[in-house]
Amino acid sequence: MTTTTPAATADAELPRLRLDTPPLLVLPILALLALPLVGSFPTWVTLTIAGLAMGMMIFIMASGLTLVFGLMDVLNFGHGAFVSVGAFTATLVLLPMQGWMQADSVLMNLTALGLAIALAMLVTGALGWAFERIVVMPVYGQHLKQILITMGGMIVAEQMIHVVWGPDQIPLPLPTSFRGVILVGDAAIEKYRLIAVAVGLIVFAAMFLVLNRTKVGLLIRAGVENGEMVEALGYRIRRLFVGVFVAGSALAGLGGVLWGLYKETLTAAMGGDIMVLVFIVIIIGGLGSVGGCFIGALLVALVANYTGFLAPKIALVSNILLMVAILLWRPQGLYPVAKR
Amino acid sequence: MSEQMLSLTGVHTHIGQYHILQGVDLKVPRGELTVLLGRNGAGKTTTLRTTMGLWHASRGALLFDGNDITQAATPDISCAGIAYVPENMGIFSDLTVRENLLLAARAGEPDTARLEWIFGFFPALKKFWNQAAGTLSGGQKQMLAIARAIVEPRKLLLVDEPTKGLAPAIIQSLITAFRELKAMETTILLVEQNFSFVKSLGDTVAVMDDGRIVHSGRMDELAEDRDLQQKLLGLSLDTHQ
Repeated sequence: MTTTTPAATADAELPRLRLDTPPLLVLPILALLALPLVGSFPTWVTLTIAGLAMGMMIFIMASGLTLVFGLMDVLNFGHGAFVSVGAFTATLVLLPMQGWMQADSVLMNLTALGLAIALAMLVTGALGWAFERIVVMPVYGQHLKQILITMGGMIVAEQMIHVVWGPDQIPLPLPTSFRGVILVGDAAIEKYRLIAVAVGLIVFAAMFLVLNRTKVGLLIRAGVENGEMVEALGYRIRRLFVGVFVAGSALAGLGGVLWGLYKETLTAAMGGDIMVLVFIVIIIGGLGSVGGCFIGALLVALVANYTGFLAPKIALVSNILLMVAILLWRPQGLYPVAKR
Repeated sequence: MSEQMLSLTGVHTHIGQYHILQGVDLKVPRGELTVLLGRNGAGKTTTLRTTMGLWHASRGALLFDGNDITQAATPDISCAGIAYVPENMGIFSDLTVRENLLLAARAGEPDTARLEWIFGFFPALKKFWNQAAGTLSGGQKQMLAIARAIVEPRKLLLVDEPTKGLAPAIIQSLITAFRELKAMETTILLVEQNFSFVKSLGDTVAVMDDGRIVHSGRMDELAEDRDLQQKLLGLSLDTHQ
């Protein structure tokens, strides 16, 4: 027996897709909760800007990794190598051009830094291409082997940094015009942190535009959701993946330069050290989600800064606790990708 | 020009340790709608996926429009002119209806006249043009999946159980769409379990069981022969009628 179904079923009104706002509200709620705990408004402003700057840098480093995982299910534990290599490559420009970096001219400072960033992104992009071809490609679909071999790749990269640049830390002073603070009332805000926030916003806006306004972006979003169907529509997802891997590596290189200038000291292990935070960020955000990665990075950095000030003893575990809390609330992360 | 748009000869497919297709011989005549019937687990979906290159045949040969595609990559098979509508529809939920169709139109923006033709039998797609595909109902998603397959002319459509779980009103829209496609001499290989849906649509029919084709012939002959239906399709056929 057949049941009668209204003919209108095919074009009945649909619920509008609403913006999922609760994850967005977590950030201001967290900041507002921290205000009375910190006690001093200027200190709170300083901590918040510092957290946002750190979050933007982590986002730049993490955004490529989350797309790589989303697109091809590849767990790249070697991503930190691109951060370290990017920062060290920048010294090839910044150290010889130290005169330009220390000059009182914004233009000369920006030129030196711009050249350093361009070289760092070029080298890490090329390294990313080689890494994907040599290290990642043979282990598609084998997660355990991916973890082992990409970690091995990172160890090799760190040792190569020791070979090329030596085992010692390399100081990387900020350009003259990026040093110092801006006073907003009683709050002291470091200029470099504001610059980091601006660069992070530019990268996020660029990624948003590419992902939402270009066909390549559509393919990446579709590929993250259902790579097999993208292939069935006639597109080579492996090529797309290589492109994303290269772009993600170059972004990690950019993040490495920014992070190195933030710390003002470079070590070969700096990329590996930051990877713990990067993985927490992409898990919190929802694997494969750029928007989630952005919110997750800001959350992680703000929590790290607030707890570092309020309760230094729990600062080290604060991000793990944050991740546990977020996953208890949303087990797939803040913005899970509709998946396969 | 080959008389057959697609032919599978002695095709075997293994998935891991399982031997799913065990020597499939199937001909899909050019310009006709061929229906592939069979119980669950008979190997119908595997036949489509093997044709699409999503799984590769371990033995045998697949010829499409006279060309060997046995070991071809999925994107090459798609670009050669085969469109695929999987059983789960393969809709990109985070993308809008427009974006889903834009991806399927490899030549650029979809042709306006062709879109209007598609909207003629799937008006819901026009209405929800800028709506995220994930918010569509099951029937609307199926319409989008088929629209995506035909947004540009293709030589062969592979469609896997399009009526599964759909309301009769939507099934009627699908019948209209397939009739129009047939009128345009598009070759279609349709996997279905709903015999009442396909008996008036199909030109030829093949029945699968245990990874093999156990019957092939004209659909009208099978539709008229209740003994043969009973023998090939058993009780499941009666429940669909």
